[in-house]
Amino acid sequence: MNEITITVKLFATLREGRFDIKTMSFPIGATVAEVVRVLGIPEKEVSLILVNHRHHDMDHVLGDGETLALFPPVGGG
Amino acid sequence: MGIREELRSAARDGFIRAADLRGIARAHGLGPAEAERAALEGGIIPERYRRNGSTISVEQQLALLNGTAVVVGCGGLGGYVVEELARLGVGRIVAIDPDVFEEHNLNRQLFSDEPALGKPKVESAAARIALVNSAVNIVPVYERFTAAAAKRQLAGAAVVVDALDSVPVRRELAVACTGLGIPLVHGSIAGWFGQVTVQFPGESTLETLYSGFRGERGVEERLGNPSFTPAVVASLQAAEACKVILGIESGLRRRVLMIDLLSMSFETISLA
Repeated sequence: MNEITITVKLFATLREGRFDIKTMSFPIGATVAEVVRVLGIPEKEVSLILVNHRHHDMDHVLGDGETLALFPPVGGG
Repeated sequence: MGIREELRSAARDGFIRAADLRGIARAHGLGPAEAERAALEGGIIPERYRRNGSTISVEQQLALLNGTAVVVGCGGLGGYVVEELARLGVGRIVAIDPDVFEEHNLNRQLFSDEPALGKPKVESAAARIALVNSAVNIVPVYERFTAAAAKRQLAGAAVVVDALDSVPVRRELAVACTGLGIPLVHGSIAGWFGQVTVQFPGESTLETLYSGFRGERGVEERLGNPSFTPAVVASLQAAEACKVILGIESGLRRRVLMIDLLSMSFETISLA
C-alpha cells in the first residue's frame, strides 16, 4: 500500500465549488500544500491549517487516517 | 435624609425609575452614573435594567457600571458592540476609529445614517449613546489604533473588543493587549461567515488563527459584508465582553467559534 487516506474538511469560502467534507487518497508523504494544490485552492486563501485539531504549516507531511481542516482568512469588521 | 434613604423610599420592589433617580441625583449634585452607582450599592436596580432580570444580578450590574470596555473599530461590528454594551450598562465605553461615515457603510453600520455621512463614526456613536443611556461615559477617540499609542488608548480597559477591519492591525492589537495584560474579544466577518474568540494574556490564539495569512484583507474583500453578519458576530462579542468584565469563564479561550450563516452551522474549533 503506497497511499494514505485522509479526511478533508473545508470551511466558509473554501467550500465554493468543492465540498464540506470528503475522504481522499494521496501518495505516502503528501504534504498539506499538495492537498491544497490538488483542490485548486490558492495558498493565500488558506489562513489556518489544522491536522487532527492541531495547528500545522503547509509543509506538514500527512499521515494515514488524519483529518485536515482548512480555513480562509476572515478579517472584516 | 441621606441619599441611601431617599433612594430606598423612592424605590418600588427594588427598582427605581429614571425620573426619581434623576431628581435625587440633582438634589445631591450627582451625575447619572454616580446616582446609578449609589442605587446599586444600596441593592436598588435602576428601572432601565429591570429586564436584565436574573441574568445580571445587582452586584454584576454594579460591576458592569464600574467597568471599562475599549472597542477598537466603530464600523459594522463596533457599532453594534457599543450599542449593546451601553444598553447592558457598561459604565465607560471607549470607541476608537479614525474614519468618517461613507455611503457604502449604510448597508450595515448601526450608527451610520444619511445625515451622518462625512462625519466621524465615533462622534455618531457618542451622540447615539448619550440618547440611549446617559449614565454611560462614552469616550469617542477619533484616531487610528496604533501599537505606539496602545498604552494610552487602551488605558483602564477591563476588556478590549477587536472590531477592526485589517488583519495586520488586529495582530498589533492582540500583541498590545498581551503586553498590557488585557483580555481581548476578537470578532471578524466576511460575507455569510464570521469568527469569534477570546484571548487572555499569555495565549496566542490570534497569532495561530492568522498564521497563514499574508496581506491586508481577507475574503471580505470579495464577499463584502451584508447587514446581518456584523449584528450576529458583534452580539457574540458583546456577550463575551460582558463575561470578561464579570469574571465569568468563557468557552472560547484557545477556541474559535466558526460561524457559517449560509449553512447555519456554528462550529467551535480548538487551537490548543
